[in-house]
Amino acid sequence: MPSRIESVEEAATVAEKLAQRSGLNPEAAYGVDMAIREAVGNAVVHGNKRNESKTVTIVMISSPGALEIEVSDQGSGFDPASVPDPTEGDNVLKTSGRGIFFMRTFMDEVNWFPNAGGGTTVRMNKHS
Amino acid sequence: MSELNMKERQAGDVTVLDMDGKITIGEGSVALRSAVRRLVKEDKKKVLLNLAGVSYIDSSGIGELVSSYTAIEGKGGGQLKLLNLTQKLQDLLTITKLLTVFDVYENEADALNGFK
Repeated sequence: MPSRIESVEEAATVAEKLAQRSGLNPEAAYGVDMAIREAVGNAVVHGNKRNESKTVTIVMISSPGALEIEVSDQGSGFDPASVPDPTEGDNVLKTSGRGIFFMRTFMDEVNWFPNAGGGTTVRMNKHS
Repeated sequence: MSELNMKERQAGDVTVLDMDGKITIGEGSVALRSAVRRLVKEDKKKVLLNLAGVSYIDSSGIGELVSSYTAIEGKGGGQLKLLNLTQKLQDLLTITKLLTVFDVYENEADALNGFK
């Protein structure tokens, strides 16, 4: 997908259909919706810096009662440990930095991997 | 059609923004930011965000609410309050520990009376 904000909505639309196909309950499907919007938004804005010559690659694997999503960017890499806890102290009043927190909150499993050719992939799983 | 529609009205000296749609990365967040910046420029110091029609909000939207809060409350005597949160938005503010930061109301009369 191109590195533009509109890709967030497009990815969320596909994820919604696949969450239905997987038979995820409404609460789980809401979690998937929140998480994929954050993941694709991060890939577009923070990973690829809105550079439309770079792409965001999304893989979704639907199975009964489960959905796995991978979102890859072509950015300069990302260390999730470097992101401060947005619920700690003065961070509560920051205007950004909650996307990773939401992904971890709403998905059952979230992991980040450096891509061989550069950039980062986040892999997320949700079970019904 | 815009992702977030806002109607502005006055209730005494309180400016109420009735919001309808999504506050998400991109258009929705930008619309809220623009509206609040304009209110700050117009020296509106008492602002009530009526979120009854806001069906969806993401981390960017939460960030814009915080930004609105600091922009309004950062002014001398400025006050920002939130009205009619959906359960999902209330849950998001709870897990982000922002529910204790914002002054939140379930009905407009109480919210308007809450302004000093």
